[in-house]
Amino acid sequence: MKGAIVVDTERCKGCQLCIIACPQKVIALANKVNLHGYPYVEAVNEESCVGCASCGIVCPDGCITVYRKKMEE
Amino acid sequence: MAEEREVVLMKGNEAIAHAAIRCGCDGYFGYPITPQSEVIETLAELKPWETTGMKVVQAESELASIYMVYGAAGAGKRAMTSSSSPGIALMQEGITYMAGAEVPGVFVNVQRGGPGLGTIQPSQGDYFQATRGGGNGDYKVIVLAPSSVQEMADFVDLAFELAFKYRNPAMILSDGVIGQMMEKVVLPPFKPRRTDEEVIAQCPWASTGKPKNRERVVITSLELKPEIMEQRNIALQEKYAKIQENEVRFEEQLMDDAEYAIVAFGSAARIAEKSVELARQEGIKVGLFRPITLFPFPIKQITALSKKVKGILVAEINAGQMVQDVRLAVNGSVPVEQFGRLGGIVPDPEEIVNALKKVM
Amino acid sequence: MDRNQIVQPENIVCKKPTLLNDNNMHYCPGCSHGVVHKLIAEVIEEMGMEEKAVGVSPVGCAVFAYNYIDIDWQEAAHGRAPAIATGIKRCWPDRLVFTYQGDGDLACIGTCETIHALNRGENIVIIFVNNAIYGMTGGQMAPTTLIGQKTSTCPYGRDPQLHGYPLKMADIAAGLEGTCYVTRQSVETVGAILKAKKALKKAFQASMDGKGSSLVEFVSTCNSGWKLTPAKANEWMKENMFPFYPKGDLKDTTGLK
Repeated sequence: MKGAIVVDTERCKGCQLCIIACPQKVIALANKVNLHGYPYVEAVNEESCVGCASCGIVCPDGCITVYRKKMEE
Repeated sequence: MAEEREVVLMKGNEAIAHAAIRCGCDGYFGYPITPQSEVIETLAELKPWETTGMKVVQAESELASIYMVYGAAGAGKRAMTSSSSPGIALMQEGITYMAGAEVPGVFVNVQRGGPGLGTIQPSQGDYFQATRGGGNGDYKVIVLAPSSVQEMADFVDLAFELAFKYRNPAMILSDGVIGQMMEKVVLPPFKPRRTDEEVIAQCPWASTGKPKNRERVVITSLELKPEIMEQRNIALQEKYAKIQENEVRFEEQLMDDAEYAIVAFGSAARIAEKSVELARQEGIKVGLFRPITLFPFPIKQITALSKKVKGILVAEINAGQMVQDVRLAVNGSVPVEQFGRLGGIVPDPEEIVNALKKVM
Repeated sequence: MDRNQIVQPENIVCKKPTLLNDNNMHYCPGCSHGVVHKLIAEVIEEMGMEEKAVGVSPVGCAVFAYNYIDIDWQEAAHGRAPAIATGIKRCWPDRLVFTYQGDGDLACIGTCETIHALNRGENIVIIFVNNAIYGMTGGQMAPTTLIGQKTSTCPYGRDPQLHGYPLKMADIAAGLEGTCYVTRQSVETVGAILKAKKALKKAFQASMDGKGSSLVEFVSTCNSGWKLTPAKANEWMKENMFPFYPKGDLKDTTGLK
């Protein structure tokens, strides 16, 4: 399975709970802030994402949409 | 021996806490609510139960708070609580019970905008609640209106003195401006809490435990026989008349040559001080009359004032409450207008000056 | 396979529930409230009760819960939500009615209303977010604050001699005749969240089946009040809150899976 995430950066508050939940070290805090002044997260290692959705499940603000597709042989 | 005088910089809310300890308060029972949570936080930090023996209890609600005060004060002790407008609304039942049972509880209202849950910003919208009473029945609460941190400190002991003198609940009607602002204050000197023997001697009406030489005391506001209940109510009304006669407090600034008067209390009076200064710079001969007691209201003084001036502006941060009492006292002899802001907005001095010009 | 092939609507495995609207939630970063809101939205959607759900919000950090979940709400006075919920459910028996309350609202000022609504067996769900502190008013002691825990009104740590003991509301609720389901959950890991969602669904279903009242407690964090980062707050909760407020079902007479 291959996964990918889309982060709603304006909803994100940089709490970093997704970073801790991710088993694949896909996510990190970006070196930027959104319009509300919060630093937000981004996928820095998306090649490793398997679409387990741990990040989306733990996110308190519902910022992360998680996609998963079965890899074709 | 020199009297102990300390000058410190602190918030109005903090001054209430310090003054409570220093005036020999026996118990504080309260609940957090913005903008006055510093009162209980300061007490918790100062730990007076280890120094003066004063108890500090965080109750489970304002309802519980006011009834804890009722119990302690009904047993002759100096007991108080504090809250803000919605919390005071909740306490109304306990307040009318205290009035009916003649229990000398003290409470502080650090007003915020309403109605209902409202806002956390300041207002003076509880004047009616304080003076007309949100509880049921014919009763009055003694109301003191501080307009500085110093008065916040001074009025705690004064509230207790008046409450016990008349066996009546007393309130300090403050607001979010006075509660939150920081000013220099001379804290009152420490006065020890009364001993149990002193309480029994000074408060024979209190439920302190029945000794052999008197009848039992029942602290209650209930009386089912209408003939007796009427007498009790008449006695209450006579008490309120005495308070009206003896306990009026007010302050006048620049009223001697004034052609117009601004009447304001609490934080509105502080703002109006500046308005008077600005107006005088423009050549307007205006003075400030500041009621300090809202019950008893300075009726005679305002009636006298209305014979000297051409018009009165009542500046208060509400939709028009104290203006009614001013109009009653003025009785139509000169125009009385009202200026106020609502919803937690605190007016600028210039706004009051502009409103004054409309009276002229 | 490039990213564009993965990021397609048919490949979505997790997204913000539709019932949780686009308003940014005001809670502190990492606050448990956000996750609980999400679960409520998901469960109502999955039950198809979007048009029949009515929530009652508290005084506390979640006072604006009505801004975030797209169903009808009523705002309650502090602690009074169970009484308001009683009025709604008695007059609208086919509605999904729940309260959403914090520890001050439910276990302090509202203890009376909480216990009585639960004990009458009102067919409502009382959702209890327990983070052992008063968050909204700046971090004062709560009835569920732990012994030794420091807050602004017990700055030297909660001391039973001065402050009494913490209250275990779920245990009280489990002992009431009127309750059919009483459970403690948490939302700090994926596993916990999945269990919590099942518990919430069971409670909602039980209320629609007329089985009585439910209390769903979420042992939660308050990183602002506890003065910890969200991650450290979760750690503190595991070490200190879970032993005192153990998770699991305390009572289940629903007969539901």
